[in-house]
Amino acid sequence: MALLEIRNLHARIKDDGREILRGVDLVIERGQVHAVMGPNGSGKSTLAYVLAGKDGYEVTEGQVLFDGEDLLALEPEERAQKGVFLAFQYPVEIPGVAGMTFLKTAINAHRRARGEGDLSTPDFMRRVRDASDRLQMTQDMLRRPINTGFSGGEKKRNEILQMTLLEPKLAILDETDSGLDIDALRIVSNGVNALRDPERSMLVITHYQRLLEHIVPDFVHVMSAGRVVRSGGKELALELEATGYADYGSDAA
Amino acid sequence: MSAEPRTLKTEAELALAEQYRGARAILPGSAAVARKRDEAFATFERLGLPHRRVEAWKYTDLRALMRVAVPVADPPNPVAVTAALTDADALAGIDRYRLIVADGHFQESQSDRQALLAEGVEVATLAEFLGFDHPSVLDILATPPGAGEDAIIALNAALATDGVVLIVPPGTIVSKPIEIVHVSTTTGATSSYSRSAVQVGAGASARLVVTRTGPLGIGYQANSVLGLSVGAGGRATVVDIAADGDRSQHLASFSARVAEGATLDHLALRAGAGLSRLQGYFSLEGEGAGLTASGANMLDAKAHGDVLLLIEHAAPATTSRLLYRNVAKDDAVGAFEGRILVRPVAQKTDGRMMVNTLLLSDSAEFAAKPELEIYADDVQCGHGATTGQIDETAVFYLQSRGVPRKEAEALLLKAFLAEPLAGVGDPALAAAVEPLVDAWLAGAPE
Ligand SMILES: Nc1ncnc2c1ncn2[C@@H]1O[C@H](COP(=O)(O)OP(=O)(O)OP(=O)(O)O)[C@@H](O)[C@H]1O
Ligand SMILES: [Mg+2]
Repeated sequence: MALLEIRNLHARIKDDGREILRGVDLVIERGQVHAVMGPNGSGKSTLAYVLAGKDGYEVTEGQVLFDGEDLLALEPEERAQKGVFLAFQYPVEIPGVAGMTFLKTAINAHRRARGEGDLSTPDFMRRVRDASDRLQMTQDMLRRPINTGFSGGEKKRNEILQMTLLEPKLAILDETDSGLDIDALRIVSNGVNALRDPERSMLVITHYQRLLEHIVPDFVHVMSAGRVVRSGGKELALELEATGYADYGSDAA
Repeated sequence: MSAEPRTLKTEAELALAEQYRGARAILPGSAAVARKRDEAFATFERLGLPHRRVEAWKYTDLRALMRVAVPVADPPNPVAVTAALTDADALAGIDRYRLIVADGHFQESQSDRQALLAEGVEVATLAEFLGFDHPSVLDILATPPGAGEDAIIALNAALATDGVVLIVPPGTIVSKPIEIVHVSTTTGATSSYSRSAVQVGAGASARLVVTRTGPLGIGYQANSVLGLSVGAGGRATVVDIAADGDRSQHLASFSARVAEGATLDHLALRAGAGLSRLQGYFSLEGEGAGLTASGANMLDAKAHGDVLLLIEHAAPATTSRLLYRNVAKDDAVGAFEGRILVRPVAQKTDGRMMVNTLLLSDSAEFAAKPELEIYADDVQCGHGATTGQIDETAVFYLQSRGVPRKEAEALLLKAFLAEPLAGVGDPALAAAVEPLVDAWLAGAPE
């Protein structure tokens, strides 16, 4: 059984009824890394949000199986607890909620869902320290409220920190490379690569072939106007870099 | 104030008149005090219970909301006091002096009066104080000027049984917080009237905690008045916590006068009461006086919570910072009215007022009305109010990390309510009141 099976997925925006996903098909096996590329507005983030369970979208057709289970029937927190992790294109700033409190709450929510007890504070501190050291995050960043006052690149590192600590089965990275300087791109990519595992799959949304030199995908898909219009190996990314999306039609609204 | 003559009295008003007639002879105080009480009750009778046409009470129509006036509580049984105190020790972790007023009566044996006296603080009970032969005694029964004529404060002056009077002499730094504990112990619905006064002398410093608690499920009524003054260069912190029972009605009034170069940090926490009214009158009377007024107001179930604050800048270069945060859920109804009043002499006033409210259900309601009234030209004043729902983007972000929706909301609400707590200059005290917010968040019904 594949880890993730997306079949003919249609979704529209609740507010105005506009259909954004128009029949997405995508199957991800355990341990595979899939890259999704495609023009602005083609529905990549929408796909990520629908998988994570964000409100505001209505699925009108199709289905999503995660580990054989109907993913769309679950609450967002249940999806997370079962192993879906979305690294946001625009991570949210939450002033007033301490980052460490948040990390601990999130880790313990995962543990409780598995029927395990809460992590002890020393264990928690050690895990955070190990993961943040690898991502070269400062103590000051950890002490601040969630993402508050973080630079764009710092927010992206913080997403990968959370992913490292939560150990998902499926990591969806939505433009995690955007806004990263050259060194940060390497640090973040190393962080992601450290999590590659035969049991863990990744869906990497990006505009840049450069990221895929660091996080080498098994498959590359092109999304356009709410559909996967072409799939191939990692060389497809190089081809797109040279030719652009002209062949796939425009998504301009 | 309503000028129309009233002949029809409500059941509650009639009962109050009966209670006053019955209590008159046994209420503490000299003959002069008794005359003052009669005057105060006459004022109450003339005004009647406040109703919506009384401008200052337009969000709390007591004539409609206070249908009955339950009997005045008898002095409590010491065993019940001890039990109530153990149940309701909100600040158990904080080393402090405690002065206990139970059902409107000072409890000598459970209070730390001697220890406070040893620190140089003068302590009298209100009952003792009203018996002193000194002209200033009557001042304690006066209504603060900012309140105008207020029926509820007048009613308190008429019926006040006890309370504490504290004088912190000039230059005295009180080493520990002083808590004035108000607790209702009765198993039947009773009322209590307490009045206290705290004077912090010039250059003195004191931290005061005022707490009020009472049982669930009992329609007790509490009317309390606190008069505070901070002398020149003095410093006072006041944390006013009301965690009343769900069927209680709690009417609290306070006044605070801040002299030249003195500062006052005031924090009000409200949760639990069926009906709660907090009315406060701050007056910055001396040049350079400073005020931080903060509040966390938590309303749930069918609670009705109303806060009215007046901040008067009556001297040059005075500063005020107000931040109130309100959360209303279920069928709760709340209001906040605040006014910064800048007198002509108060040039270089710097005053800010901000009220933020979160409504957690469709049926919760909240009215926020911050106002400025400025009679000086060289001032910096601002006010703002926001009312909204919990930030769904933030909730989703937390949920996407596996945090259940309820917990996610609690984290966000805690962050929202914790900000005013930081306005208390004393971090240990701010930390000590945090569990009250947590308890409300954990226990508040959906
Ligand atoms: N909640 C929403 N309300 C209104 N429009 C939306 C909403 N979410 C997505 N859209 C619209 O759906 C379309 C697809 O957006 P989406 O963010 O999925 O694109 P994308 O492929 O991620 O683009 P980019 O490469 O710029 O990140 C856009 O036209 C966008 O404006
Ligand atoms: Mg996007």
